[in-house]
Amino acid sequence: MLRLGRMAVGASGATHYCALRPVRGESGRLVELQTDQLFNNYIPVLLASIVGFILVLSALIGSRLLAPFSQDREKSTTYECGMLPLRRTSTNVGMRFYLYAILFVIFDVEAVFIFPWALSFVGIGPMAYWTMVIFIAILALGLGYAWKKGALQWR
Amino acid sequence: MNEQSVGKIRAGEIPSMPPAQGLPATPMARQIIEHGTLRTKMDATPTPRKVMGAIGLLVFLAVNAAIAYVVIDGRLDGRWYDIRDLGVGVGELREWLSDEGAPAWVEYWATGIIGGVGILSVLGGWLLIGSWVERRVIALFQIRRGPNRHGPFGLLQPLADAIKLIQKEVLVPRGADRFLYFLPPVLIFIPAMLGWGPVPWAKNMAYVDINVGLLYTVAISSLAVIAVFIAGWSSNNHYALLGAMRTVAMMICYEIPVSLALLTVVLLTGSLQLSEIVAWQASHNVWLIFIVPFAAFTYLFSSTAEINRTPNDIAEAESEIVAGFHTEYSGMKAGLFLAVEMGNALLIGALMATFFMGGYTLFGLEEWVPGYLILLGKTTAMYLVFVWLRATLPRFRLDQLMGYAWKFLIPLAILQVFVVAIEASIFARWDVPGVVSLTLFAVVNLAITAALVRGWAQAIGYSPKGGAGAMPLLATVTGGLKAAERMRAAG
Repeated sequence: MLRLGRMAVGASGATHYCALRPVRGESGRLVELQTDQLFNNYIPVLLASIVGFILVLSALIGSRLLAPFSQDREKSTTYECGMLPLRRTSTNVGMRFYLYAILFVIFDVEAVFIFPWALSFVGIGPMAYWTMVIFIAILALGLGYAWKKGALQWR
Repeated sequence: MNEQSVGKIRAGEIPSMPPAQGLPATPMARQIIEHGTLRTKMDATPTPRKVMGAIGLLVFLAVNAAIAYVVIDGRLDGRWYDIRDLGVGVGELREWLSDEGAPAWVEYWATGIIGGVGILSVLGGWLLIGSWVERRVIALFQIRRGPNRHGPFGLLQPLADAIKLIQKEVLVPRGADRFLYFLPPVLIFIPAMLGWGPVPWAKNMAYVDINVGLLYTVAISSLAVIAVFIAGWSSNNHYALLGAMRTVAMMICYEIPVSLALLTVVLLTGSLQLSEIVAWQASHNVWLIFIVPFAAFTYLFSSTAEINRTPNDIAEAESEIVAGFHTEYSGMKAGLFLAVEMGNALLIGALMATFFMGGYTLFGLEEWVPGYLILLGKTTAMYLVFVWLRATLPRFRLDQLMGYAWKFLIPLAILQVFVVAIEASIFARWDVPGVVSLTLFAVVNLAITAALVRGWAQAIGYSPKGGAGAMPLLATVTGGLKAAERMRAAG
């Protein structure tokens, strides 16, 4: 059985469930993880983001110091192959993109389900396999329907 | 150009095309006849020199092995000065810090800073040399010289580019949303750095060796979509907005093949942790690219879409939409976009090497060669593959790309996931040596992939015209490289 890692959060004693990888001890029992232990792993990530931000800022500040800056109404015209820009861009996003986005959302949610399954189905047995086959088959039916209806055809 | 590589024909005296072959004289064919190709140069190298080179390489490896087994002989294992695995030294530092009674956050921040500097040095070094490598290699492909003015072999060209970029004015277009216009270079640069986090450079040398590393890389790589759309939307330009739309559409379409391809890796290795995926490949002495070739191809192709490289670089199709979503960005901001593009290509190379090509291991060589050098070698090799693709393939159209993702890659990748799932459960239960079962899986997967790709392409009407083995149109018209070589030989 897939059991979710259980963690005690802070001093309040409230427990949260986290859909990360199940954490088991040697005997297969659930291991309690302290949250700060878990999140300590992500301190370097935070640090790297900060460093990245500083890097980008320093590049931009360097350019601010070295590059000329002058305000000019003509110069800040948006580029449109040398012509004056026609109007403010309020172009609508095409309907086709919307259909693709819907399909994407469906299949991306599927990825959320299928990753935990991939880690645990070997221990559960054939039932888990066929459940996932049926689940994906339903999604594939949807894809097939969209295909048949021409949602994937660019017109 | 020495005498031998040119052969009998000297530069300047281009002969008329031999009419015997009946092939048209294209400029490319003429150039090849004049200068020869890489193969010509290799053929022109005398055999003794090749043999000496091979012997020299073997001797070098043997000397290294001797040093490893006689001099090192396990004396480095677990020491802080073990250069094969810098993570050991950092671990020692952490232990020392905790022995000295430093609080936990000091340990984490110290190790975080060390790792960050390491990653930054790789990334920064690549930004300093990457564009030179790419331009020179593409120049080789196109039989020209490439940048060769600044410094030896033009090595200082990227530096000159950087200095030029930082001096250029950063324009903010009229009517742009100033805050949102500022955000994208930042938003796109940070994920490009964070993506390096879980990549293991040696056994203990991952920056953040989190247990959901694979999901983390997928998540981080999809963050760029937001930056791209903000960039396109905020710059108040038709080209930028159109470019952003099509880029976002393409990137989200190709995220699904990426996750499905990586799913097969998870199924086989049973872990989301990148170091464990590498350890699995090392313990079975196999690269996953041999077991699941279709997944590797899917990951490679989809990643080129994720990072906007040819053949999938419709984000900045110069001939259609000026520079795509960063049309309005100039100076250092545009430079940041370009830098991210180059860094991402290297990152995808590293991830490809980690997932499918054994990461920092090389069949035991990592015992005496630093793992990070091996990974760097594989990464660079993958980068050269990207450059090769860029030099070879034309750009696909948007609808072709999306159709390819939805009608071809995704159905086949789903089928492959279930095939590999069966194999994974067999692998867990079947009590035979890994060599037997994995070889069997490799053969079965290759057969299934070949049959599926062929069958599916025919089913949806994309079979090649002229039946199997038909040459591409360009090759039949021009005769291709081989014909040019033949012409050269005929002379």
